[in-house]
Amino acid sequence: MSADTALAVEGLLVSYGGVPAVRDVSFDVGAGEIVGLIGPNGAGKSTTLHAIVGLVRAQGGEVTLGGRSLRGRSPEAVARAGVALVPEGRRLFGELTVEENLRLGLAARRENGSVRDALGEVFALFPVLRDFRKRSAGALSGGQQQQLAIARALVAKPTVLLLDEPSLGLAPTIVDLVFSTLTEIRGRGLAILLVEQRAQRTVALADRTHVLANGELRLQLTPQDAGDTDKMIAAYLA
Amino acid sequence: MNVLVASGLTDFLHDAVEPQVQADAIGLGAVFALMAVGIGLVFGVLRLINFAYGQLIMAGGFALAYASERGWPVVAGIALCVAVVVVLSLAMERVVFRPLRGQSPASMLVATFAVAFLLQSIALIWFGPLGKNAASLVELNQPMSIGSVEVRKIAVVSLVTAAVALALLLLLLNRTSIGLHMRAAALDFPTARLVGVRANAVSAVAVVLAGLLAAIVAVLLTVQFPTVTPTFALNETIIVLAGVVVGGMNRLLPATLGGFAIGYVSGILGGALPTNQSQYLSTFLFLLVIVVLLLRPEGLFTRGGHAVERV
Repeated sequence: MSADTALAVEGLLVSYGGVPAVRDVSFDVGAGEIVGLIGPNGAGKSTTLHAIVGLVRAQGGEVTLGGRSLRGRSPEAVARAGVALVPEGRRLFGELTVEENLRLGLAARRENGSVRDALGEVFALFPVLRDFRKRSAGALSGGQQQQLAIARALVAKPTVLLLDEPSLGLAPTIVDLVFSTLTEIRGRGLAILLVEQRAQRTVALADRTHVLANGELRLQLTPQDAGDTDKMIAAYLA
Repeated sequence: MNVLVASGLTDFLHDAVEPQVQADAIGLGAVFALMAVGIGLVFGVLRLINFAYGQLIMAGGFALAYASERGWPVVAGIALCVAVVVVLSLAMERVVFRPLRGQSPASMLVATFAVAFLLQSIALIWFGPLGKNAASLVELNQPMSIGSVEVRKIAVVSLVTAAVALALLLLLLNRTSIGLHMRAAALDFPTARLVGVRANAVSAVAVVLAGLLAAIVAVLLTVQFPTVTPTFALNETIIVLAGVVVGGMNRLLPATLGGFAIGYVSGILGGALPTNQSQYLSTFLFLLVIVVLLLRPEGLFTRGGHAVERV
C-alpha cells in the first residue's frame, strides 16, 4: 500500500446464503488513479462495489479509506466519508429535477461552501445539465441521465469515485464523453474504480485493470495489454 | 315505502346544503386532512402504516385535559400537548419504528397495533374509562357570522389552521434540504442513503412532523369532543386510514385529499342524517368506502399511478 492509497480492499469475502460471491479480493486505488475491474456477468463486480459502500455486509476482509476502516458502516456513513458510487442503472430520482438530484448529492459533502459553486463545477463538466436544470431527471435521455448520475456523485467532492458500468446502454459518442470525463477528473487527484463490461476500452484507459471471474481476481492488465489480443482473450476467458 | 324513502332523501339533501352543516363538514374535513398528512408522511418515508397515530392524539388530548383541569392558560396547555405528543412520537420512532425499518409491512403494522393498544391501556390505568375534561377552548363552539350565515368558530379555526400547517409543511418539503432528503427517501430510500441522506434523521423528522400535526389535531378535536377518554380519536383514525387508502396511499397529496374527503362526507352525514338514523353513519361511510375502492382500487385522487409526488 503506497502513501497516497485512497481506497484499499484486503481479502474481501462476501457470501449470499453461504455461497461465496466474492473471495479473497484485494486491490487498491491511489489518488489520481483509475483502476478497472472487468469480468463476465455474475463475476462479483457489483458485489465488490456494494461491499465497499456498505450495501451488503462483508463476511471477511477489510476495506479502508485513507487508512480508516469502512467495514460495518452504513451506506450514508460511507458516502459522507468520501466514497461516491455511480450505481448501475444510474438510480436517479426521476420525478425530481436535475438540480434537486444534484442537491441531493450535496448531502454527502464534507466541506462547506456555496451550493452555487458546487453546482457550477459540475455544470462546467456537463454543460447540458445546466440547460436542463429545471427539467425532471426522468425526462432526460439516457446519456444525459448518465452525466447527471456522475455529476450527482461529483458534487459531494468525494476522494474515491466508484462507477458501476457507466457505459451500459449508451451511444458511442456518450461513452466517449464519459471516458474522457474520467480522464479529466483523474487529473484532479480523484481515485477512480471503474467497473465495466467494455474490457478493451477499460484496459486502455485505466492505470491497471483487474479481471474478476467467479468471485476471484484472476489477472491484472496494464494499458499496453489492450492491444495484445492474446491477453485480452485470456481476460475474456478468465 | 317509496314515498317515505323519497321524502327522507329530500330532507337529507335539504339539511346537507345548510351552510352550518357545510361549514362543520369542511372543518372536520380539514382536521381529517391533517391526520391523513401525519399518517401519509410516516408511510412515505418509512413504508409503515402507523395505526398508533390516534393514540398520539389521545395522549395530546389528555395533556390538554391535565392543563385545563389545573386552570393553566390555553397557550401553556397547547405547549404541554405539543411536548407530550412529540416526545411520545420520538420514543415510538426510536423503540419501534427504527428497529423494524425494512421489515415486512405486515410486521410493522402489527407492531403499531401493539403500540396503539399499549398506549390505550396505559391511559385506561392512569385516567380511567370515563376520561378527563379538556374544556379550555370550548367557547370556539360558539357561532360567528360570515356575511349572512352563521357558522361555528371551530369550523373556521380548523380550516385556517389546517391550511397554514399544510402550507408550512409544503414549504419545508420543497424549500429546505431536509425536505428534499425526505422526498428522496420517500421515492427510493436505499438510493437516498447511498448519496448520503441520513436514514435516521429523515425518519425522525418525518415522525416529529407527524407528531406536531397530531398535537394540532388533538387541540382541534377537543374543542368539539371535550371529554378525552382512552379511546379518544380511535374511530377518527380508522376513518382517516380508510380515507388515506381511498385517496391513494402512495402519495401525500392524494392521501391528504382522501382524508379531507372522508372527513367532509362524515361531516355531511353527521349533520344531515335524521337523529334516529345517526347510528348508521359509519355504515353509510364505509359502504361508500367499499364502493369507491371497487371502482378505483388505485386511489380516488391518483393520476396514472405515479404522477403526483409521494411526499
